[in-house]
Formats: sequence, C-alpha cells, structure tokens
Amino acid sequence: MASHGIRDKVAIIGMGCTNFGEHWNKSTDDLLIDSSSAALANAGITLDDVDAFWLGTMGSGLSGLTLSRPLKIQHKPVTHVENYCATGSEAFRNACYAVASGAYDIVMAIGVEKLKDSGYSGLVVSAPAGDGTQATVTAPASFSLLAPAYANKYGVDEAELKDVLTRIAWKNHRNGALNSRAQFKKEVSKETIAASPLIAGQLGIFDCSGVSDGSAAAIIVRVEDAHKYTDRPIYVKALSFVAGPAAGPIDPSYDYTTFDEVVHSATDAYKQAGITDPRAELAMAEVHDCFTPTELVLMEDLGFAERGTAWKEVLAGTYDLDGELPVNPDGGLKSFGHPIGASGLRMLFECWTQLRGEAGARQIPGVGQKDSVKTKALTHNLGGAPGACVSFVSVVGSKLD
Amino acid sequence: MTGIISYGAYIPYWRLQRSTLAAALGSKGAKGARAVASFDEDTTSMGVEASRIALRGVSETYSPQSLWFATTEPGYLDKTNANAIHAALSLNTSVNAFDCLGSVRSGIAAMHAAACGNSMAVLSDIRTGLPGGNDESMGGDGAASFCFGSENVIAELLSTGTSTSEFVDRWRIPGEKASKQWEERFGEYAYAPLVAVAFNEALEKANLTAADVSHSIFSGLHTRAVKAAPQSCGINLDTLRDDFAATLGNSGTAHWGVMLANVLDTARPNEVIAIVVLADGVNVILLRTTEALVAHQKQQDNSLTVQAQIAAGRNDLSYAQFLTWRGFLHREPPRRPEPDRPAGPPSLRTAAWKYGLYGSRDESGFIYLPPSRVSLQSGSIDNMEMVRMADIRATIATYTVDHLAFSMSPPVVAAVIDFDGGGRFQCELTDVDPATVKIGDRVEMSFRRLYTQDGIHNYFWKAKPVRTGVK
Repeated sequence: MASHGIRDKVAIIGMGCTNFGEHWNKSTDDLLIDSSSAALANAGITLDDVDAFWLGTMGSGLSGLTLSRPLKIQHKPVTHVENYCATGSEAFRNACYAVASGAYDIVMAIGVEKLKDSGYSGLVVSAPAGDGTQATVTAPASFSLLAPAYANKYGVDEAELKDVLTRIAWKNHRNGALNSRAQFKKEVSKETIAASPLIAGQLGIFDCSGVSDGSAAAIIVRVEDAHKYTDRPIYVKALSFVAGPAAGPIDPSYDYTTFDEVVHSATDAYKQAGITDPRAELAMAEVHDCFTPTELVLMEDLGFAERGTAWKEVLAGTYDLDGELPVNPDGGLKSFGHPIGASGLRMLFECWTQLRGEAGARQIPGVGQKDSVKTKALTHNLGGAPGACVSFVSVVGSKLD
Repeated sequence: MTGIISYGAYIPYWRLQRSTLAAALGSKGAKGARAVASFDEDTTSMGVEASRIALRGVSETYSPQSLWFATTEPGYLDKTNANAIHAALSLNTSVNAFDCLGSVRSGIAAMHAAACGNSMAVLSDIRTGLPGGNDESMGGDGAASFCFGSENVIAELLSTGTSTSEFVDRWRIPGEKASKQWEERFGEYAYAPLVAVAFNEALEKANLTAADVSHSIFSGLHTRAVKAAPQSCGINLDTLRDDFAATLGNSGTAHWGVMLANVLDTARPNEVIAIVVLADGVNVILLRTTEALVAHQKQQDNSLTVQAQIAAGRNDLSYAQFLTWRGFLHREPPRRPEPDRPAGPPSLRTAAWKYGLYGSRDESGFIYLPPSRVSLQSGSIDNMEMVRMADIRATIATYTVDHLAFSMSPPVVAAVIDFDGGGRFQCELTDVDPATVKIGDRVEMSFRRLYTQDGIHNYFWKAKPVRTGVK
C-alpha cells in the first residue's frame, strides 16, 4: 500500500477554538461563527481570503450549507465530512490535501457539534432503517469490554486496574483544571472518581467523557506561503486515516486489548513523519480518551508503552503534564466532553498552542521554546467501538525537517 | 397409526411467589408460585422455545405439513403470529403456518388440525389479571408444542369427544388486559353436564372404559368445574396428574399441553392418557403411549423435562417487576432515545439471520454473524454456505453490564460469545443475574421479543446461561 504523506507541504497559520460546555445560549450557527472568526483573526485574514472549506459534523447539520448559511459564504466550495468520532480530524485531513494538491491557496477546516440540545444522556446516533438485530449497547458499554480483557491478559487484578483507570481520569481532570476552554475546569479527587456510580461494566461516570457543545477551526496554506501570515506556523508532518473490516465483534481471535486500526494508522503516520521512537521524539500527544480504558490501550497501540506495561506507566506518571510524554495536556475528552465534529480540531488546537509556547499555566516544560528539542506533537481520534472502529493519527511540528 | 411423535414444553425462568404478591397488596396470600414470562418474551417467542425442544426429538428429515399456533394473547392481530415461529424454526416455505386465536378452546383446534395432517400444534399463553385478582395470582405463563406424524409415534391418538354449549362464564373484549368471570357457581352448573357427555363419547369410540385410563389431565380456567370433573367422568382419582397450581399456575391455552408433556416425560408404554379440557364446552382427547416412548425419553435432554424446568426457575421476582413487565406499572425510562422500529424490507432480506439465526461460512471455515458475502481472509465474494447457529452452544468471551442502554428491565447485560465450532456474536444475555456472569460461562440461544416500537415486535435471539437442571 502506498501512503506517501505530505510532510512539510502544508502549514497551519491560525486556529480558533470555542469554550466547550453546555452552551444553552448558543446554536450550532453561533459556535461556527465564533470558531471561524477566531481562526481568521488568529491568521490575520478575512473570510473572503479563504478559497474552500471542509466542515466536520456528525449530527449537527447536513451539507455545506450548514456552514455557508450562517457565515454567508459567497459561492465557494464547502464540503461536509463525517467519519464517526474522527469527523473533525477528517475535515482537517481533506483540507490539507486540497492545499497540497495545489487546487487552493487558503482553506479552512472547521468542526462543530451541538450535543446538548438532544436532551438525552450520552451520545445519540440515528441509524439507517435496519432489521432490529444490531446490538443495542451504548458507547460506554462497548468500551468497558476493554478493561476486564486487559486485566485478564496481563494479570492485573481488578482493584489495581480500577486504580489505573482512576489515575487516567484524575490526570486529565488535573490538566483540564488549567484550561479556561474546558467543560470541567477543576481537579477531581481520586476518591471521588473511584466512587462514582457505575455506568457500564467497571466504568463509573468519571471514567466517561462528558457531553458538550463546541467548535474549533484551522486555516491551512502551502508551506511556502506560511510565513506571510505568521512567524510560527505549525507544519503538517503526517496524516493517517484507517478504516478496518470491523471484524472484532465477529472474530474469535480478537481479544479486546488493542485497536488494530490505531496500530495501522500510527504506523503509517510515523512513517510519513519519519518518527522511529514516538515516546522519545514527541513533545506531547492528544489522544481519544472517550473512556479511561481507551486511553490505557492507546498508550500501547500508539507505541508509548510496551504491550502489557501501559498500566504501570500510567501509575508511574509517565503521561502526566510533567511526565516523560505528556498525554492530553489540555484535559482531553475527559475535561472537554466530546462534541464529535469538533474534538479532532480541538486536539490540534492544543498542539498549536503548546508548540508555540502559548499554553500558559499548563505549558509543558521545555516545549514551545526557540531552542526546544522536542518540536512534534500527535493527535489521535477514533470512532466506533473496540474491534470495529476508524482511527486517525496526525503529527504536526513547529520546525521544518 | 397417527399420533404424537415428539413434544416440548417451555416454562419461563421467572416465578412470582404468591406471598410477595399478597405482601404488596395486603391481601390474603395463596401458597406457591406462578411462572412469569420475562419482559422480552411473548406467546410467539415461548412457542418458538417449546417447538425447538419438540423438534430436537424428531429426525432431521421431519417436515410438518402445517404449524398451528394457539393462544389467547397473540402478539399481533391481522398478521399471522405463527409465521414468526415458522421462521424461527427455519421451516420450509411450503409448510403452512396458521393461528387459532382468542379463546382457550383454540388450543384444541390446533391439536385437532395438527393430528389430521402430520403437523405441529403450538400452544402458548400468558395469563394474568387485574392486580389483586385471582387470575393474576393463579394464572401462569408457558408453552407446549407437539409434532404429529405416523412413524415413530410415541403416543397414539385413540379418539376424541366433544360437547359444545354457549353460556357466559368467562369473557374479554379484545384489547382489555384482564378477563371477567360470571359468578363461579353458575359456571360449575353449566359445565357439569357437558363433561360426562364428551368423556363417554371418547371412551366409546376407543372402545375403552374409565378404568383403562392410566393418566388423566383435567384443565380449564374454571377451577371449581375442573375440580368436579373427574368424578363425573368416573375416573380413578389416583390417575390425576399434577396441574401445577402450586408451582406454575394455570397457563390457559397451553396448560393441558404442559401437563401432557409432564406426563409423557415419565409415562410407560401402553398407557392410556385422558385429556379433558373445559373451555366453552368440553373436549376430550384419548392417547395411548407406545414402545417408542421409551427410546424417546432416553434421548431427551434431562434439563428439558417439565420438572427440570420447574426446578431451574428463579424464585425471587418482585411484584413491582412483574407489574412492570405486564404493563400494569409505568416506570420512568432512562434518559435515552427509544430504539428504532425494525424496518420491514431489511427484516425480509435478512429473515434467515433475524429469525433463523443463520450465519455464513466461508471456504476457510470462518463463520460470519450476521452472514457476510465477502470473505475476511481471501476477499472472495458469495463463496459462502449458510449455517444455522440457533441450537449451538457458546462460551462468554467477555461481557459488560450496561446501565445506560434503553431497556424495559435494566440493566442490559451484553456479552461477546464464541460458538462451539466457530462464530463470534455480540448479543444480549437474558434470564441472567448480572452479578454472577463470568467470562467462560456457557450459554445457549433463546428466541426473544427484544422490544416493540410503533406496534412492530422486534423478534431476535439472545443468549441465556445453560442450566443443567436436575438429572
């Protein structure tokens, strides 16, 4: 399979990100207007300067009109993208390719989701008409299957695993407490997390990401044009998106301790970016912590820990803000909730912020400086369920290779 | 010789203790328990379960001419309920499926029709009444299924007798949740003369006397009339067999079928069985067991006898849960959308999967659930054979308890199960205690009504723990 990548061909010159949370007073239109305006201002351009748009949303609207109507875009290409929980990342990926192809000079990738208007708990997805035989389990139930399988395979006892999962939630909330854009901006004690009411399997309410509204946007140009707009562009090193045969739920050899799709997309992304030791080379990673066991398994699938050891690394603080490889320094889905179309771009916004040294109280030590050694950051999204998901991995960096 | 060649009874897992019912309502409690169909069962799904047991006892080449389904509590009107049973049993399209609906007596019609044409009679009922009433307490849920044929007959049909009379004893307007009954002594008066007429007719046709009867089954919703009937038949009271009043309750249309299954579980060859059903008249069926019954009993799974199913039941159903399941108590739903109605066209396209639980098997032996057209390894298309999974047991690979998912009886227990011989499937567990589920537990498939949306019942399969019952 050829996957050539577009390393150092396109750059981000501006980003915008709304606060994430229960925006009872803001519509999808409002969120789109707010994030796109912020991104344009950040890049120092106007809407008229943008040649084409990629809009990611799973359920907050259909077609390019969802963006062109509120922004009053004057007859330009607007593409609506959907790819489960990787929707925002997918909008970004396709926007980057459009610039790399030479078709456009300046494009916008924008993601949005308005979840809080449904009135339901958790995520609600409408399915096409079916025969009624599809499993009716919720997302937390699907992902809760990872925990006992992991514990069983690697000989971690149930209480120990609960500590590991609790620490992941604790760490992400601790990071989120330092982020004014987060839905939950305060630390939560391990005792509170561990004692929260069960939602599915071993997962309590604090093992689950929240439900929120939000939007984020990025402006992308060719690398050679980037410095016209900013002294500190962020370069796209790798973009990998993978969909698999979704065979986990039907294949007895699948053991619920890994996401094959993530392994494939990470391998592809590292190859595109020229990364051989991700744990050592990356300055930070934003990963899809939809539920705490997901983040645990991702540490191994993304190559941040050897198989069967991520639980020890979590307990050792390897992925803390001041750890060896900070993971979810902005607070992750845990602190931001997961407005589907926005999440991938929100992750990218944290990379943009950290690599430019603009993260303030949560700035990772030694990152974002002129002389920083580690200049690359990773974002990871997945959508679906264990054994049947789509996965996206990007690597961006503040220096050209 | 025509007669029964195989049979099966299905007793649902749950029991409501009459004492808990009495405690809740502050009434005088009767003793014992009644059987309760779970929230995901109806007369159609129970009919499938009883019929699956019955079909275990026939040769693979057996194909009934017709399937006759009888109940007072049909899932649908206008639409034939027997068709879902037909589909779940994967019967050939050339096999008829008919309903005999509405009255307890319709079970006799199903039996007559099935006996005439080497067919199946499926009797199923869910019986309850208004809270605090006798029907709620003394009713029961269950199903029985009988295969008729002329080879390897285990119980020969000797004769039948009948007496029909129009009188107002028990009635219900369609749509009402409970039936009404006239003053009990009137019914006793009306039934009394009909019993001997029908019974003697049957004896005469078979050239037998009452003394020839080894096992007698008296069934009907009018308790006093049923109790008085054996004496007016002149039958030896020692031949009366368990009516399950103490353990299961009266399952209406299905009741005499369940009693007959219980008798056949232990009867010996060349014994005469008398069935007397009091329902808007009296119907009598005389059977004689054959030598073939011995072999049939030997090959039968011990856990599927009526007694074993009674013993395997769970005794701690709460009255509130019972009321909820039967629609008498509307409880706050989770803050989640209700499930989508199953759509007609996809359900037709996937009928072999949805009803028959067929998967597809590729050239490498990999089994796909649901059936797939494309092979995972080779990518070859439409190089598959269909394989029925419904009667294969499986092992729990992993599971979770979902407190968030919509259910009439939360929490949902979802499991990934691996079938013996291949095939993995993610499905709901039913008749299960969430606290005791373990990886490695053995399960078997059970046909259920998952939910009802927009008036469409969503029938599909769940897994339930294998219960070995008593040996």
